Amino acid sequence: MKVSFPYMGTSHIAFSMLLRNLGHEPVVVKPTQKTLTLGTQYSPEFACLPFKILLGTYLEAIEKGAELILTSGGIGPCRAGYYGVLHQKIIDDLGLNAKIIVFEPPRNLSIFDLLNKINYVIKLNKIKWLDFIHYFKLGWQKLKALDEIENYVHKIRPYETNKGDTTQAFEEAQKILEKAQTKEEIEEALQAAKNVLDNVPQDKSRQPLKIGIIGEIYVVLEPFANHHVETVLGELGVEVHRSISLTGYTSNSFIKEGEQDVIKAAHPYLNQLIGGHGINSIGETVLYARHGYDGVVQLAPFACIPEIVAKGILPKVQKDLGIPVLTLFLDEQTGKAGIETRLEAFVDLLKQKRYRANVQDKLVAVNL
Amino acid sequence: MAKIGFPKALYYYLYYPFWQEFFTNLGHDMIVSSSTSKAILDLGVKETVNDACLPIKLFHGHVGDLASKVDVIFIPRMVSVRKFATETFCPKFLGLPDMVHASMEDLPPVIEEKIDLSKSPLELWRVCQRIGKEFGHSQWQINNAYWHAKKVQHRFFKSMENGLTAEKAMTGEKKKYTKDKNNLKLAFLGYPYLVYDNFINVNSLELLEKMDVEIKTVEMVPAKKLLAQRKKLPKDLFWNFSNRVMHSCLYYLDDEKVDGIVHVTAFGCGPDAMVDKMMELESKNRGEVPFLTLSLDEHTGNAGVATRLEAFVDMLKIRREKQ
Repeated sequence: MKVSFPYMGTSHIAFSMLLRNLGHEPVVVKPTQKTLTLGTQYSPEFACLPFKILLGTYLEAIEKGAELILTSGGIGPCRAGYYGVLHQKIIDDLGLNAKIIVFEPPRNLSIFDLLNKINYVIKLNKIKWLDFIHYFKLGWQKLKALDEIENYVHKIRPYETNKGDTTQAFEEAQKILEKAQTKEEIEEALQAAKNVLDNVPQDKSRQPLKIGIIGEIYVVLEPFANHHVETVLGELGVEVHRSISLTGYTSNSFIKEGEQDVIKAAHPYLNQLIGGHGINSIGETVLYARHGYDGVVQLAPFACIPEIVAKGILPKVQKDLGIPVLTLFLDEQTGKAGIETRLEAFVDLLKQKRYRANVQDKLVAVNL
Repeated sequence: MAKIGFPKALYYYLYYPFWQEFFTNLGHDMIVSSSTSKAILDLGVKETVNDACLPIKLFHGHVGDLASKVDVIFIPRMVSVRKFATETFCPKFLGLPDMVHASMEDLPPVIEEKIDLSKSPLELWRVCQRIGKEFGHSQWQINNAYWHAKKVQHRFFKSMENGLTAEKAMTGEKKKYTKDKNNLKLAFLGYPYLVYDNFINVNSLELLEKMDVEIKTVEMVPAKKLLAQRKKLPKDLFWNFSNRVMHSCLYYLDDEKVDGIVHVTAFGCGPDAMVDKMMELESKNRGEVPFLTLSLDEHTGNAGVATRLEAFVDMLKIRREKQ
């Protein structure tokens, strides 16, 4: 059966492998401007950007013959948990023939619901549960390797001597990982991919600024949604640290109740889970400030409820801990040039700030 | 005895009677902020984070209006009011006290007790105990005030079910609408802070009454019937008010048939992006009931809304004549 799923960063490489192992044919739609236009056309006006992009990719996937779409659910109060239901209603209303299966995070008895849905998907091709667990582990391993590589890229990019080399090497690294099929192969591929990245010519004498990226998970992870913020920052000579990754997210929200440290750090400012990554955004800003980061960039879809609450509280964190925060709200109207200009200005500001702090340190030293 | 301020926004329209009775029974003065006006709106817009929706901005305005008049401001953190799957209030309600603290300075002390009634049936009683103790009242006094408040709140809900709007039910008005069978019946659905705030919705209710339309709101649906609509949805929504609006929409489509549905929503409202589309699709699929979305923001003008409502009602009248 032709199966599609939400496209998000590099994760499609791992999901495609899992689906192929389960005997399905994955339909991968990389979002483009056309996808977004299509999605926006059929979405409610104030639905968030990820909703529109995903609807667009689903519609294009259905055009390519996908009959089944697999996605994850949620328990709210973020809207993302209800995407599946509304997407299905819109697809039905358009008279298209596709089914969306939503995997809900297990709570109490609903674990049976989750198992049932997995059972449905794997029994289509008569795959045994034991095999499924094996394949799932493989997919998970690949997902982790992909995350690791991406974090590695962020570390290397600010040192590259030729602009764009790292991005090219990253694409090569992805191809290497895509080919790996077994446990050993993935381990080897990870090493090989790292070597490719290490070979990028670098100037290690630089002292890059450090910026943390916080915000809503989809727009943080999908470069199409955030106009390649991480690449732009990296090429401006900034070492980027991403607070969320897919493996971190799924393991946390599926197995534990969330990253306890981050939430604890947020407590002086917000003592209530508000859904999505609202409380994480605040906690992570506090942690970035404590770890000596120069600044934080908050990414959120326009009208994202939890991030608006976070944005309302962040000025207080900025004031208390002295860490500058730039908030970028993204929607289908956002232009790349606008984002770039704002990022450049923000980076200039941080450079100034660091320079002044250095001068002051020197003055203090002279006075002593 | 303290002067306690209550912002006339958001949950005011559903839960004020309870807190009014509770605090006055304990001997305090309850002071409600002035009705929404241009001045309050401007104050709110000035204080609030710029991406927030209109109701949140207005809430800040109401708090600002109270700041100089009272000893304490009551801003409970509304998390949930019933045990219902994973239902809570909108995230903006959950972070409300923190947002107010982060953006407004020089406020009098704030009571920000967390109200999370999904925990246990006794939770409201416990919350009341905690608040009462802080003011130094004895348990007996608090119990007494609690039971009186419960009774008042129950009466309030019942009179809304009997067809009164929130404001009329609060003032204890008894008069019902004169029910003429030939009148158009219109479901005017939306969150209570939009439907009952005459400034935001530019007097829509009055306008519709003048056009001899019988208005039905979310609160006029009997509680049990409202809850019974739940099984018609594949998955519960996460937000209390949204569930209520969605369920009432289904009720007016299936059980108590109406001629048309108007959905009032605030510009940029997160949950409503989902709810509005669902309501639109349901009205289409359950008997092609005419559906109008009225989106309100700080620039909404009287004439624009009036024209749209008049046109909608005219259309409904023509439709009925044809049938």
